[in-house]
Formats: sequence, C-alpha cells, structure tokens
Amino acid sequence: MAKTLFEKIWEKHIVKTIDDGPSVLYIDRHFIHEVTSPQAFTGLNNRGIKVFRPKQVVATADHNVPTLNQHLPIKEELSRKQVETLVKNCTEHNIELFGLGHPFQGIVHVIGPELGVTQPGMTIVCGDSHTSTHGAFGSIAFGIGTSEVEMVMATQCLLQSKPKLMRITVDGELSKGVVSKDIVLYILSKITASGATGYAVEFAGSAIRSLSMEARMTICNMSIEMGGRCGLIAADETTFEYIKGKPLSPKGEHWEKSLTYWKTLYSDKDAVFDKEYHFKAEDIEPMITYGTNPGMGIGVTETIPTTETINESDKSGLSKSLAYMGLQQGSAIKGQKIDYVFIGSCTNSRIEDLRLVAAFVKGKKKADDVEVWIVPGSKQVEAQAVKEGIDKIFEEAGFMLRQPGCSACLGMNEDKIPAGKYCISTSNRNFEGRQGAGARTLLASPLTAAAAAITGVVTDPRSLPNPSEGGL
Amino acid sequence: MNSTSKLSNSIKHSQNSGNPEPSFGGQGGFVSRFVPVNIENIDTDQIIPARFLKATTKEGFGKNLFRDWKYENDDESNPKVDFPLNQSQYAGEILVAGKNFGCGSSREHAAWALADYGFKVVVSSFFADIFRNNALNNGVLPVQVSENFLQKIFSLSNEETLTVNLEKQTITINSTGESDFFEINSYKKTCLLNGYDDIDYLLSIKEDIEKFETQRG
Repeated sequence: MAKTLFEKIWEKHIVKTIDDGPSVLYIDRHFIHEVTSPQAFTGLNNRGIKVFRPKQVVATADHNVPTLNQHLPIKEELSRKQVETLVKNCTEHNIELFGLGHPFQGIVHVIGPELGVTQPGMTIVCGDSHTSTHGAFGSIAFGIGTSEVEMVMATQCLLQSKPKLMRITVDGELSKGVVSKDIVLYILSKITASGATGYAVEFAGSAIRSLSMEARMTICNMSIEMGGRCGLIAADETTFEYIKGKPLSPKGEHWEKSLTYWKTLYSDKDAVFDKEYHFKAEDIEPMITYGTNPGMGIGVTETIPTTETINESDKSGLSKSLAYMGLQQGSAIKGQKIDYVFIGSCTNSRIEDLRLVAAFVKGKKKADDVEVWIVPGSKQVEAQAVKEGIDKIFEEAGFMLRQPGCSACLGMNEDKIPAGKYCISTSNRNFEGRQGAGARTLLASPLTAAAAAITGVVTDPRSLPNPSEGGL
Repeated sequence: MNSTSKLSNSIKHSQNSGNPEPSFGGQGGFVSRFVPVNIENIDTDQIIPARFLKATTKEGFGKNLFRDWKYENDDESNPKVDFPLNQSQYAGEILVAGKNFGCGSSREHAAWALADYGFKVVVSSFFADIFRNNALNNGVLPVQVSENFLQKIFSLSNEETLTVNLEKQTITINSTGESDFFEINSYKKTCLLNGYDDIDYLLSIKEDIEKFETQRG
C-alpha cells in the first residue's frame, strides 16, 4: 500500500499501540535546553531514576543566555540559576552539553542540524515548539511539554496519537527578492495560524525542492505557526550533501547503510493525504506581518486588510490586533516606521541568512534612528561569519553582531524591544509582548528586515539595489 | 469487561508521584461557574509570558496567569478592569475561551499556570495540539465543543453553571439542559478519572521498549 513519508517513519517507531488510545512512539533524538528541562529532571530525581538513554540526548543553553559578554557570569540571577541547573543535571545524568563557552553552543534547532545529530527518518523531540525545524531533513520532529520531556528521559518513548496528514505543494520559481521565509509567511497568510492544527505537514513541490537545507529549515520551523504537529520535507541529494561530514553524522560503512535507508523515505506516488494545498511560487512577493499572529501577513506592497477583506479566522481579532500594533485597517504597510531590526532566531540565524543580509547591505548604512541586532544561531555560525568577513560588513553598516542565543525572539534575556516600539524581526512569532511587554513585531525575511534597517521604514527589498540577487 | 476497565487494569500498577487528585470522577460530573475570555487564538505567551519561565520548579505560576492582559504596564496595583479575570462577577474553575486556544510555544508553564490559578477545565472550540497534551498531563481537562455551543456559553449570564461529565464526555448548560459531546480517547479518560500518569505507564512497559530497541538493531 502506498505510504506517505510521515507514515513510513511513524510505523518504524511504534513500540506498541493502546486500544482506542495513543501509540507508544520511540524517540531517536532528544534535545534539551535550560528552560523546559529542570522540572523534568526533578521528576526523575523524585522517582529515583536516571535518564534511560543519555547518549540519545543533546543539551545546550540558548533561551536565557546573554548575547553580549558570554564569557562573564550571567548577571540575571534566575537565568544564571537555570543555566547552572542544566549543567548540573547534564553532569549527573551523563548528557552531552554544548553549554555557554563551548564552540558548538547555540540555538538548539541550529546546532542539531549543523552537528549532524539531525538525520532523515528519525523521531526527534525537544521541549520547544520549533523542534519542527528538524523535519526539513525528512524526520518526524515536534515540540513537547515538560511532562513529556520527563517521559522521554525516563523511557525514550512518548504516548502519541497519529496526526492527520497534510501536504502543501509549492511549485514554480521564486521571484527575485523572495526567499523561503516569504514562502512560509505566504502559506500562513493563506491557511491561517490554526490551518494545520492536528496535522503533520509535508512540504513538497519544485519550489521546495530547489531550496537549500537552511532555507528548508526556515519553512519547517514555522509549520508550528500553522498549528502543525510537525513539518517535513523528504530528504534528497541536497539533504545528504548537507549532512555528510558533519561532526556527529554517520561515517564510513554506517554512512552507506544510512544513505540506502534514507533514500526510501519519500511519499509514494499514490499516497493519500487527508488534506492538500497547492501554491505557485510566482504568486509570492516579499511578505510581512501586520497583526499579532503569524497568519496575519501580507505582501509588502499590499495594504492591511479590513474587516470586510480579512479571512474568517482572523476577523474577530483584527481590531484588537491592530490596536495593539498601532496600525490602521486598509493602510499601506510599506513606509511604516521601524525602531528595531532583529535578525536572528531558530527561523533565520544561520550562515546563509547572514550571508544574504551581508551581501545586501554591503556598502550601505543603517538608518540613524534604527537599532539593528544580528544574533547568530550558533558559535559555529558566528565563527564562520567572522571568517568570511561578514562581521566587518555589518560593522560598517552600523549593525551589531551579537553572540548566539534565542535573544529578542522571545526576550527571555536582556534583549527586549521596548513597549510601543516597532521591530521588524526574522523570528517566528508576532504575538503580543513576544519580544518584550508592549513590543510591536513585524515578521519578515532577512532580506526585507535588512532593507528596513537601511531605510528605517518597511521597504520592499526589491526597490533597493541588491548585489546578491540569488534565491535562498 | 469493557475496554476502559481492561485498560484501567493494565495501567493500575503504581501510585504515582504527586499528580493532582482526580477531579472528574463521580456520578454527577463536575459543576462550576465559568470565566469567559472571548478571544480567539490565545497563545501560550499570553497565558504565561516568557519572562516568567525562569523558574526551576512547577509552583507559583498562577499569579502570573495572563499577566499582561491583567495589569497595565506590569503593575499589580493597576489592573485592567475590562479583563474577565479581574471582574468579580466571574468565578469558577472553568475557563471558556475562543477558538485555537493554547497555540504557539510548547511551554507547559501555561498548563501549570492555569492549574495553579485554579482552573480544572478549559472549554474552547479548538485547541492547539501541544497545549492539549500539556493540559491533560496536568489534570486540566480540555473540552472541545462546537463553535455554536461555545457561542451559547459566551451568551450566558455570569451566574450560570456548567456541568462537565468526563465519564459521559458531555458538557451541559445547567439552566437550559443543552449539552455537547466532547472527544477524549479512552486511555486518557481512564488516566484522568483515576489520577494515573503517562510516565508510570511507560515505565511499566520498559521491557517492551528494550525489546523494541534490540529488534531494530
């Protein structure tokens, strides 16, 4: 029988299924960080048990860490305690930790792939909703709560009900100035922030196939913003090429064996999905959000919807959203004044994102009254940026290259956007207060964010000279 | 023996580790007034803002539930008077909210905050997947009703009560007798009715898990 990619992986990981209940799903890789793991370790300690398969757990500190002066002790007491607790727990339970100061430290969803921990066909979880990122490698990867973190630590398994299956196909070629972030913001604007709830979402089509691994990660990363249980893209040569030679990827004979298996992981021709969407890449322009959920997005040249034109799902929330954002129905988003630019987060903080921004801003200067924070996704990304001289380009443009962490995506550390200020952000959520109490977030691609950094207002990146011009 | 009691036997192996007392047992169901928050797409950043996630224990999140909707400028002496949690006419252990409740971040702190505040049930016409699991793992029952039924609840006066009957999987507006059915799988139902948790169950099948690991090589 024809099977979907999701089903092929899912079935290989079922330990047993409870009648009229969930399945016991075996988990291959478990990422943990300082914020959602401490209570799980306490739970294990209270039960007097150790982590069952510590070698399948990888830890890093990312949510809480400062992005300046990481060599100094963390000033904020509660953050410091949380990070110290992670170190202590990892030591006690023999878990590999890429903590502060380690050359592999970084945002959990950036380091997993770049270390080669993330591989096709795996089940991967983390106490973080953006675990969906890892699905870009053709794996089932999803975010879990802390009780579930404890379950995986205790038994390497979770109780899960099989989600419904959705396929989103994007065919065609992206226009100049349009990148993978625009694809996912466009899909979100069409299917809404709850459009994929209850579904595992496979992204397919020629526009997806043509993307690099980093660009694919951006798309799967935001599948949770549609409500998707996970997002996944079948592995192909691009995937294998990316994984090969990574520090923790399979080597030698093991590599060949893995490759043979990975090549079987795709949705069969006649596989059936519960729901399908089709979009054309040519219809997508640089996107930006105007509201307070990631589904509230428009093309950068479009006007903010009115209660008459908006989709049913966001109708009741439009006035509240726009009141929070200080924006008007029916007005243009282009030209909206910006105070901060944040380029970072597990969505867009990888080396290709930084290269794209650097190529675009080379020889340009930021607007005087805009503050620009570039936060690399990992120490490796940071080192690579320095090696390529990208840091110098940023410095000349007046951008600040900070140190790796989740930073202003959620403002758990000091990197908060002040109340009432507008931030164009390459992160994933524009919820009220997400980047700091009262902060107003406009989500966009790194290119659109960079354009706003130069002009100080929301700008169509295609209207400025761009020496790079490549698709991402 | 029906399937639920069979399941009950198979997971009734240990008294677990401090989960809340089962709340939904008994013949009559669970009766309470309710607090309506008629807003759609309530994300977990609103339920508990990120700055309160720095704790290393599960306690004390209730006081920061909906923090930035409750207070002006984070000032406890300056409550937002139009937010239902600040309005004395509303009370009860049932929160009723607009569709797509609990979307966004996977933070279980949202479920801890709701439970700590005193909510035992959340009613909505749609729940985000991760929140649903987190709620169930903390003895907070997500009751998904039709949009029509949800709007009926929102139109009720603040004195009215609802009955949630987990055994029958129904929620009833007591003044009118109108009722809606909600879904929950029989495994989770048994867990909630008896106060069992998933970790106990998973630990009890560890031999199966080890066998699975060996077989897959």
